[in-house]
Amino acid sequence: MVIFDKLKKIVNKKNENEDLAKTEEIYDKGLSKTREEFVSKLSLLGIKYTKISEEYFEELEDLLISADIGVNTVFSFMERLRKRVSTEKIQDTKMLNEIIVDELFIIYVNNESLTTKINMNENGPTVILMVGVNGVGKTTTIGKLAHKYQQMNKKVMMIAGDTFRAGALEQLKIWADKTNSLFYGKENIDPAGVIFDGLESALNEKADIILIDTAGRLQNKVNLMKELEKINKVIDRVIPGAPHETLLVIDASTGQNGIMQAVSFKEITNITGIVLTKLDGTAKGGIVLAIKEEVDIPVKFIGLGEKMEDLQTFDIEEYIYGLFKDLM
Amino acid sequence: MFEYMGDRISNAIKNIRGLGRITEENIGDALREIRMALLEADVNYTVVKEFINHVKEKALGAEVEKSLKPDELFIKIVKDELVELLGGDYVPLETKKNPTILMLVGLQGSGKTTTSAKLANFLRKKHAKNPLLIACDIYRPAAITQLETLGKELNISVFAEGTTSPVQIVNDALKFAKENHHDYLIIDTAGRLQIDEALMQELKDISESVHPDETILVIDAMMGQDAIHVINGFNEALTLTGAILTKLDGNTKGGVALSVRHLTNIPIKFVGDSEKLDGLSEFYPERMANRILDMGDILSIADKVEGIISEEEALDTAKKMKKGTFDLEDFLTTFKQIKKLGPLENIIKMLPQARKMGLNNINIDPKDMAHVEAIILSMTPYERKHPEILKASRKQRIARGSGRSVEEVNRLLKQFEEMKKMMKMVSSGNMKMPF
Ligand SMILES: Nc1nc2c(ncn2[C@@H]2O[C@H](COP(=O)(O)OP(=O)(O)OP(=O)(O)O)[C@@H](O)[C@H]2O)c(=O)[nH]1
Ligand SMILES: [Mg+2]
Repeated sequence: MVIFDKLKKIVNKKNENEDLAKTEEIYDKGLSKTREEFVSKLSLLGIKYTKISEEYFEELEDLLISADIGVNTVFSFMERLRKRVSTEKIQDTKMLNEIIVDELFIIYVNNESLTTKINMNENGPTVILMVGVNGVGKTTTIGKLAHKYQQMNKKVMMIAGDTFRAGALEQLKIWADKTNSLFYGKENIDPAGVIFDGLESALNEKADIILIDTAGRLQNKVNLMKELEKINKVIDRVIPGAPHETLLVIDASTGQNGIMQAVSFKEITNITGIVLTKLDGTAKGGIVLAIKEEVDIPVKFIGLGEKMEDLQTFDIEEYIYGLFKDLM
Repeated sequence: MFEYMGDRISNAIKNIRGLGRITEENIGDALREIRMALLEADVNYTVVKEFINHVKEKALGAEVEKSLKPDELFIKIVKDELVELLGGDYVPLETKKNPTILMLVGLQGSGKTTTSAKLANFLRKKHAKNPLLIACDIYRPAAITQLETLGKELNISVFAEGTTSPVQIVNDALKFAKENHHDYLIIDTAGRLQIDEALMQELKDISESVHPDETILVIDAMMGQDAIHVINGFNEALTLTGAILTKLDGNTKGGVALSVRHLTNIPIKFVGDSEKLDGLSEFYPERMANRILDMGDILSIADKVEGIISEEEALDTAKKMKKGTFDLEDFLTTFKQIKKLGPLENIIKMLPQARKMGLNNINIDPKDMAHVEAIILSMTPYERKHPEILKASRKQRIARGSGRSVEEVNRLLKQFEEMKKMMKMVSSGNMKMPF
């Protein structure tokens, strides 16, 4: 159980490494609701059924489904689990807990070396474009990212590419003021136009990081998706090779539609990562496992609250550790 | 990646076609498909279990009547059960009290502010109310500006007092409403997590202070299995009187509707189906069940059309079609009306069997529609009434005027002629409409 050992190592490292302990604490706090219910149910399941049975499998399946892990992902996961149980002749449910963690980890990692690093532009400003459906937390995440880069002494510029929703420009402006970022926004012109002007102004100001907000759009709206295509072209025209990151923001409470969001946005833009927001609620955000498996987009950040500090780099080991801590 | 529920279920029940009886074995596959499909629609997993058991019980106990084949009978049972789950007694929105107070609550980003404005618009239009919007989201940056902007757009008053405490704001708003004869108050509150005790207390305080007649949960139709915690959390704190399902114009199947209704018995009063301020429709369980089962939603289309095209206009057009006097001028009018219905693909998707005919992913480029319009607009009114006079030189002028090619002008004229022929046939009863 290689991965399980890895997880245990994290637990032990905790005492050695102050910094890491701090990150974990934040994870812990933010994810506590997420974890509590899931873990207590999984341990209860282990108490209820000490021996593996059909009923045990059924309840386990429900448990994974209730975390929004994705119906197909869960079904194939259960199939693998059943196979392992029969070939490895496992009878004890306690033993199975480790395998469950193991297998979930494999779904996500899938033998790749994953990175949560933001792709920085060596020769000029780094452009990060935020996209996603309505109300998921794009604008707030820009505020949080600005705060993060501000602390690294970067010159940050925000561009208000949401020219549609009432109050969107003002909302972003408030975040710019809060985080001491530069701001570019203009009313009554199309988003590609604002972004074009904003990028030129960012170049003049010699900004290091450019964060572009866009209007929320449902992935089945053809015109809005075309607009996004146009936005991308404009960005590339002003700064060749940009955007360097296109982050798809997904609300942790999203169900199966999250997969379609990932598929559709990836078709239009080169999505480089996901920001999973609102993990401070009770939602488990399990859909990101399915998205990783089916669409192959990794999570880069998670949102754990409404304040500018409430953003963390995603760490799959800690995420799963957060979910299963009480089992070890 | 996703197959649609309707297709899957009909595939699974192919097996029972031709059999005389429904037995546990011959519906096994179908039940498994239905379970999977409902889970993929984000229906709560405990509801799914119960649903499957009910359907199974009913199907096994059902007498196979002469008139229905076993597969038809099975589909009927599934659909009836779905409608029952979604339905119950419809409780209309409280509108009689003066003033009526309505409070919207929900998670962050669920769509409360937009829905507030839509509701105000709806109440003014359908119930001749003089609504007042009250801005109580004192936390999210620019939330108040957002409501004020929407109010201005609709020409509906908005009451705001900056970041004063919400209880204070609501009480002041009540006074303001009395003085200014507002008879319907809509309170927009900040989004919050149901586990945030301090913020939930704030809602309770507002509620105890002004006793809203309606407390409505605004919930995102894309929500997954966590929905039930949210619904229960808000319901326990506040006693909800209804729910509004938002963002149904997305391609989510909206299984959360089944969960809301069945697990808490809260009626769904409206659904949000566009970003525009008239994008609020009443909720009909039957239609929702049809949408989920892919049986089309003709009634919703009819409703939409009704709101935009007056009956007189429709009758007038129909008469002309019948007589064959429908000209390009009429075509242009109809065309403009259709455009008001919103993106055409949304309408087409609601047609029965749209998916079977491969129309569910149809893309209609608004540019193509604009081209058609441009061509007709480049004709003189006389030409529109008498397209037969259009010869080469006129066509060239029209092409130049509209920035399109002569071929495109020709194509449009040909299509129009064919359409006219078809209309005559349909209205003379020689051909049946597809629905
Ligand atoms: N609890 C919690 N709330 C969040 C988080 N991230 C964002 N929010 C809240 O979610 C709501 C919507 O956030 P926005 O940033 O406006 O979302 P958006 O995607 O820009 O929305 P649109 O521009 O309307 O499409 C706000 O009330 C935010 O405060 C998070 O990690 N946790
Ligand atoms: Mg925004």
